[in-house]
Amino acid sequence: MHMADALLSPAVGGGMWAVSAGTIAYCSAKVRRELDDRKVPLMGVLGAFLFAAQMINFSIPGTGSSGHLGGGLLLAILLGPSAAFLTIASVLVVQALFFADGGLLALGCNIFNMGFFPAFVVFPFFYRRWIGPDPSRARLTAVTMISALIGLQLGPFAVVLETLASGISSLPFTTFLLLMQPIHLAIGVVEGLVTVAVVSFVREARPEILLSALEARPIGNRPVRRVLLAFLLVAVITGGVVSAFASKDPDGLEWAIARVTGSAQLAGPQLGLHRTLALLQEKTAILPDYHFKKPAEKGGATLPEKGRPDQNLLPATGIAGVVGTLITLLLVFLSGFFLKKRSVRKVYGLN
Amino acid sequence: MASIDGALLDFKRLDRLATGDTALHRLDPRAKVLATLVFIVSVVSFGRYQLSALIPFFVFPAVLVGLGNLPAGYLARKVALLCPFALAVGMFNPVFDRTVLLHLGPVAVSGGVISCASIVVRAALTVAAALVLVALTGFPAICRAMERLGMPNAFAVQLIFLYRYIFVLTEEGGSASRARELRSCGNKGQGLRSYGPLLGTLLLRTWMRAERVHMAMLARGFTGSFQTRQEFRFGAAELLYLSGWSTLFIALRLHNATQLLGSLVTGIFS
Amino acid sequence: MSHHIVAVKNLRHVYPDGTAALREVSFRITHGESVAIIGANGAGKSTLLLHLNGFLSPSAGEIQIGDFPLNKGTLPQIRRTVGMVFQDPDDQLFMPTVYDDVAFGPLNLGLSGADLDRCVTDALERVGAGHLAGKAPYNLSGGEKKRVAIATVLSMSPDILVMDEPTNGLDPYGRRQLIGLLKDFHHTRIFTSHDLDMVLELCDRVIVLKDGEVRADGPTREIFQDEALLAECRLEQPLSMQGCPVCGRQGNSAGD
Repeated sequence: MHMADALLSPAVGGGMWAVSAGTIAYCSAKVRRELDDRKVPLMGVLGAFLFAAQMINFSIPGTGSSGHLGGGLLLAILLGPSAAFLTIASVLVVQALFFADGGLLALGCNIFNMGFFPAFVVFPFFYRRWIGPDPSRARLTAVTMISALIGLQLGPFAVVLETLASGISSLPFTTFLLLMQPIHLAIGVVEGLVTVAVVSFVREARPEILLSALEARPIGNRPVRRVLLAFLLVAVITGGVVSAFASKDPDGLEWAIARVTGSAQLAGPQLGLHRTLALLQEKTAILPDYHFKKPAEKGGATLPEKGRPDQNLLPATGIAGVVGTLITLLLVFLSGFFLKKRSVRKVYGLN
Repeated sequence: MASIDGALLDFKRLDRLATGDTALHRLDPRAKVLATLVFIVSVVSFGRYQLSALIPFFVFPAVLVGLGNLPAGYLARKVALLCPFALAVGMFNPVFDRTVLLHLGPVAVSGGVISCASIVVRAALTVAAALVLVALTGFPAICRAMERLGMPNAFAVQLIFLYRYIFVLTEEGGSASRARELRSCGNKGQGLRSYGPLLGTLLLRTWMRAERVHMAMLARGFTGSFQTRQEFRFGAAELLYLSGWSTLFIALRLHNATQLLGSLVTGIFS
Repeated sequence: MSHHIVAVKNLRHVYPDGTAALREVSFRITHGESVAIIGANGAGKSTLLLHLNGFLSPSAGEIQIGDFPLNKGTLPQIRRTVGMVFQDPDDQLFMPTVYDDVAFGPLNLGLSGADLDRCVTDALERVGAGHLAGKAPYNLSGGEKKRVAIATVLSMSPDILVMDEPTNGLDPYGRRQLIGLLKDFHHTRIFTSHDLDMVLELCDRVIVLKDGEVRADGPTREIFQDEALLAECRLEQPLSMQGCPVCGRQGNSAGD
């Protein structure tokens, strides 16, 4: 359930980046303060473990498909919330840079979706509260399963919200939801089973590892955490609302205008609406994406070109667009090709 | 496991590209990171129905591949294995958005198709930019650049450690996985019953390794924080690189170069 | 010069679960000596080594390194004096490049700038790894990693070099190179090893551990002639001292 750059608007992406960056800063300071310098190599190596473990699969009986460990909950159990968050974030950074899992703008979303929920929501409020000291196998299984399921519903739900708020995909809310949540229910079951398997194994072999993790008391206390959570939720919602306003409606409106175009000139009232919205959008958009005003328009209420809405908004029309595309691609390819030839020749001393 | 070994080799290859020695490789990493950032923000800021305006942005990865002497085919293949999620969701656009936006001769193209194509192109561009950045800079240098640009030290250290041990852990994981595969018959033996202990063992070995690394660090005087060497210079070349590319991206963002070019050419012929 | 002496007196170490890893171990190693600690697996060699650097604290007994008795307060000085190289170089090379790894120690000691650079390049030159400075550890061969691991410790100018299974996992060429390198060192050297041929070449003195106790402590040649002793401790003579595999003739101890 990685979020992708391509589905993200800059407003939502930027907002989530701010949230994730803030959380990283908070966790970094927290880990530093804890003065447990064993954590430094531990986080790095466990991150590498997660990375490697995600590449090993196991076959799911009856379905012919395979599954693998997600690991968010497991890391939270082993490292505690802050360290786990940093570790998960670091793994996602590497995956984004090397395997293009999602992309760089969406990294902020991914870090939040896949790090925050297991580390700061599921682990402290569900797992740790219910697990108790020295749980039986049954209790361990139940608590872990439920925690995993919750975590793996929250993450995808956030993805749906982020995609919706970005307005780049045309998938309607309910459809998307119906696609994501049930699938992740199954994934949650898998995650729970795997986490239980690994945790029980570790418990048998070296119980002190788990003990030290569960005993770690956070330096802050509950109220601080609740405030932080509330703040983050508000940030997310604000980002979502603003960008929805900034990107969705004008698109929808522009699109509606396009349907009308080609048949008649836009009438007066519609013109007024168009301009009002334009002004409103300019004031609220975080990035000045859409240009309703071209320099020529500054003087008065003239529409750019009769029958055609602003060029910057609609896809390039007609043959000119296609031709332009082909030529541009050719130029781009050739430039890269020739530059490479040059640098190769330089290396080998020819020229 | 074929996939884990393959992934590791691929990873190593990308990492090795960063040891090249072209003028681009020698630039201060901060310039490269910032230029890539401007690129990504420009690309992502386009509206959902814009397609042709995105095309000129391919010049960034193309020129860098050329000047940096990077293997184009290899990188193109990696880009082609695009984020499947983006495509999977983007594919629904033509389904839900059927209103025709333009006509290519006799063919009616709906908004959904255009926005889907736009999504694909966007993905290709951002992925290509990220890969080229790694190939030209190398992961540790990117982390150091980010730290200079404000990333917390604890996180930078975490990234560098993680990176260092990914190679070790994936090899360990790979050999454990291979061992399991060789002793199972088809799918039998590869289920959850063996997966749990396999991961558990790997985890314990990892934990013990962390303890040993910690000992090694203590043995060399580690007291909890990392000192870094100062070795960055942000000079004229870097300034030129950053401002040049940024200006281009902003210009391309504001004006649809493809359309201009196309009109020019069709204008000549009409 | 007392700062090169390693004196262990009545060292005992008992693990948390009750097993006694070391019982009443005593020995004294002086400046410039080259000593090997040998014994079966589980005899207590690694445990003993880990005491020399202060990672493990004795359950009883004392350790003196040079002028300093080993305790919490003197740990920083002790860790500077005793340079320890572990068995698995991957545990020791944890920085992104070789240069960074070798610089880690001196940086923590406060060096910087040109001093640091000189320190690092010197250390790398001494192990013949100067050309590897910019490389990443995972791109090195086993032998190269071992040499760089030694450099990471040398850059701190220790007086005593402790190495755990130095030739473990090396191919014959790498092994030969390492032995050549170690021959040139003038530090006090303490090894643990199963490679008894290397011990024969490099070490004047051998301490044999059995079940956590010192079973024998003396000149290498002498101990290696005592086949009964070796058998009792689950050891064998070095291959170069055993009979010729072709004609069965008993060889004399290997030369230098």
